[in-house]
Amino acid sequence: METIRNHDCNSEVIIISDEPYPAYSRPLLTYVLAGKVSGDSIFYRDKNFYDKNKVKTILGIKASSLNTKEKSITLIDGEKIHFDKLLISTGGKPIYPNIKGRELNGVFTFTKLDDLKRILSYIDRYKVKEAIVVGGGLIGLKTAEALMALKIKVFIVELADRILSSTFDKKASRIIEQNLRKIGCEVATENTVSEIEGKERVSAVTLKDGRKLSCDMLVFAIGVTPNIEIIKNTDIKTNRGILVDRHMQTNIPDIYAAGDVAEGPDLILGGTRPIAIWPNAYRQGSVAGSNMAGIPREYMGGIAMNSIELCNIPTISMGLTDPKGDEYEIIEYCNDENLVYKKIVLKENNIVGVIFINNIDRAGIYRGLIVDRVDASSFKDNILKEDFGLLSLPKEYRKHLVSGPGVEV
Amino acid sequence: MRRIYIKEDVCIGCRLCEVYCLVQHSKSKKIIKAYRGEYPKPIPRILVEEKGHISFALQCRHCEDPPCVEACITGSMYREPETGAILCNDRKCVGCWMCIMVCPFGVVMRRKGCGGVASKCDLCYGEETPVCVANCPNEALELR
Repeated sequence: METIRNHDCNSEVIIISDEPYPAYSRPLLTYVLAGKVSGDSIFYRDKNFYDKNKVKTILGIKASSLNTKEKSITLIDGEKIHFDKLLISTGGKPIYPNIKGRELNGVFTFTKLDDLKRILSYIDRYKVKEAIVVGGGLIGLKTAEALMALKIKVFIVELADRILSSTFDKKASRIIEQNLRKIGCEVATENTVSEIEGKERVSAVTLKDGRKLSCDMLVFAIGVTPNIEIIKNTDIKTNRGILVDRHMQTNIPDIYAAGDVAEGPDLILGGTRPIAIWPNAYRQGSVAGSNMAGIPREYMGGIAMNSIELCNIPTISMGLTDPKGDEYEIIEYCNDENLVYKKIVLKENNIVGVIFINNIDRAGIYRGLIVDRVDASSFKDNILKEDFGLLSLPKEYRKHLVSGPGVEV
Repeated sequence: MRRIYIKEDVCIGCRLCEVYCLVQHSKSKKIIKAYRGEYPKPIPRILVEEKGHISFALQCRHCEDPPCVEACITGSMYREPETGAILCNDRKCVGCWMCIMVCPFGVVMRRKGCGGVASKCDLCYGEETPVCVANCPNEALELR
């Protein structure tokens, strides 16, 4: 919306959301749960942001159907809104597995502000002491940490052979797992919850391996999928997410998609993939907005990447962190005493994967090298050295990097 | 928009810029106290790269299209309208380090202590001239 308004102050702009809130940061929800930041701090812009930008908002009312021929959106209350251009940015929705007992009070998914409110209210009402977190991925671990900050005992149940299996390799996962156990968190891998038990609210679960664990609360954090509900009964093409071209346009002219719901080019794997991470979503939204305002702009593609601090250990991951195959070259640096682990994955002399644990200094340089497909042969011997920097890179690339538009050296 | 230009051929690698930057961004603004008397120890927002006989001081480029502002999950990274500088709001920053992950120059640092916030060049906001520029003995940094 901001990008549209940068170019066009006159066209009518309407934002529709089924959530009754102005734009807020979902990643910050676990920080609020932990008590690290206030509830108000999650709102992304000022209170008068929409008014200042002359944007109409319809909040708390779901858009229930889309008619691509008529170019209209129908809301759940029957109101029909016509558009010239449409952006679908409905994000992702959490996977809510079909496990017996899932509808019991005290069972949650945790991606939205309303989830946070329900969780906080439940914890307060029932004085929760023990919680099970199903899923040892990014949301699961952040949620576990937040619950532990509230002095709740947490047991993480993970299906794969290690936590953070989509993010890290075995070594990195182990560092985090060891530190989780150190602070009193229990972790079970290659396991899952097969039944949830309780009277009106959850009181225990049975695991796949037969163990029974008591708990007063359970959070499902086993993944998020693109929320493509709005396109049903339309001819908009999807794969896992809504397919878009480099202008973020779907197969239907004037209809765009961006963010966690969209499936755009993956610069490392090739092809297309939804990559649900904040910076990619922001960039996609901005490109979509530019094109919607009539200013052509291309989205160059994204890579999977994450920055997350767990157990006070900063970590950064990018691309293929644990590929199998002879075509990959691995360069590692380990300092067990300081819990530092750094790994670079190369394919045909291009960086395709990065893991940094505890020492994340200047990590962004590596992202640039991945995205710009810089041949690393001249500097891969120094790639994890203490003084690796712009001076380690080929002169033409360094000069190009620091002489681009808007950037001067 | 005034920006700092780097003249690497006259940089002597003395690192005075790092020292002045650290002191400028300390609580006491006095060198001995800044280095030995403050906790957490302040950090400079400029870094000197050196290899063989080439060296230059590098800080935030205050990009026109700043990846750090896009990546920031709290909205702490923002463009200050008057100077066009990219600033970080300490109070909003939660130390998620997305900015460090995306900065192609690697000029965002972690300032540790109580939570940890992102730290980078702020063009010495509030000063007439950034202290690195003002104190470089060989004019290797220029404000234009």
